[in-house]
Amino acid sequence: MTSANPWSDGTALAGPLGDLVRVEVTTAIGRCRGCGRTAAMAEVRVFDHAPGLVARCPTCDQVLLRLVRGPGRAWLDLRGLVYLQLPLQQT
Amino acid sequence: MSTVSRGFKGRREPPSVELPPGQYLVEDFPVLSAGPTPDIDLAHWELVITSETDTQRRWDWDGFRALPTEPVTVDLHCVTHWSKLQTSWEGVSLDTLLEGLATSAGFALVTSYGGYTTNLPLEDLTGHKAWIAFGYDGQELEPEHGGPARLLVPHLYLWKSAKWVRWIQLGDQDEPGFWEGLGYHNYGDPWREQRFWGD
Repeated sequence: MTSANPWSDGTALAGPLGDLVRVEVTTAIGRCRGCGRTAAMAEVRVFDHAPGLVARCPTCDQVLLRLVRGPGRAWLDLRGLVYLQLPLQQT
Repeated sequence: MSTVSRGFKGRREPPSVELPPGQYLVEDFPVLSAGPTPDIDLAHWELVITSETDTQRRWDWDGFRALPTEPVTVDLHCVTHWSKLQTSWEGVSLDTLLEGLATSAGFALVTSYGGYTTNLPLEDLTGHKAWIAFGYDGQELEPEHGGPARLLVPHLYLWKSAKWVRWIQLGDQDEPGFWEGLGYHNYGDPWREQRFWGD
């Protein structure tokens, strides 16, 4: 985060989401429900100076993802994404 | 005969500061935001209150600033655990904005420029408990802190004090807002440490 921009880039998703879903979220491809932009999640804007974590589309500001962590539980809202394409390791 | 007191010269203890449970004091004013700071042109700014019967009150900036204002000094408590004491604001009381409005609504849903929402019982907006603040510390309220105008409901956690307020919708149904719908407490009383669902 810089003083000019109150957000971080999508790599800020790696720790908080990686704890939950055990996949490399930043290399996942997400499609915005607002404008259809389809790109790596590393490119989203993450507002993490907030009660929760909010990832927004860098094109239209649509909320793509929200994550709230409380003691012993977490809430994840993905409704701003049409889909999330997750990389899997080949076996 | 008069009695002359030499005065009490015992040791003075520093004033104790009572904070809600789980909070710590800050001296700066942290900026928390769930989205970008909206670029609001005062020429197009509006504040709207609608009732459950679709009665509407609307103010443009000049009309809003013509309303009676009052200074407000209050403590702030953020759900992320910081508290800031004795903050000085200037604003318009919700009692002023709602005066004479016929409503039997029990709840309010507040919507901001940028789309943020928060919900609270209407009775928490009345009785000299809430303001639309436009000044902070003797200056215009800065955009990063919610300027040109934000809701100020200091007896609840600060996420209820929506920045960049635009619309207060009164209704019979309690509709969870941006954070209340994703784990955060529906009411948010810091003195009862109502941070999350079930607290």
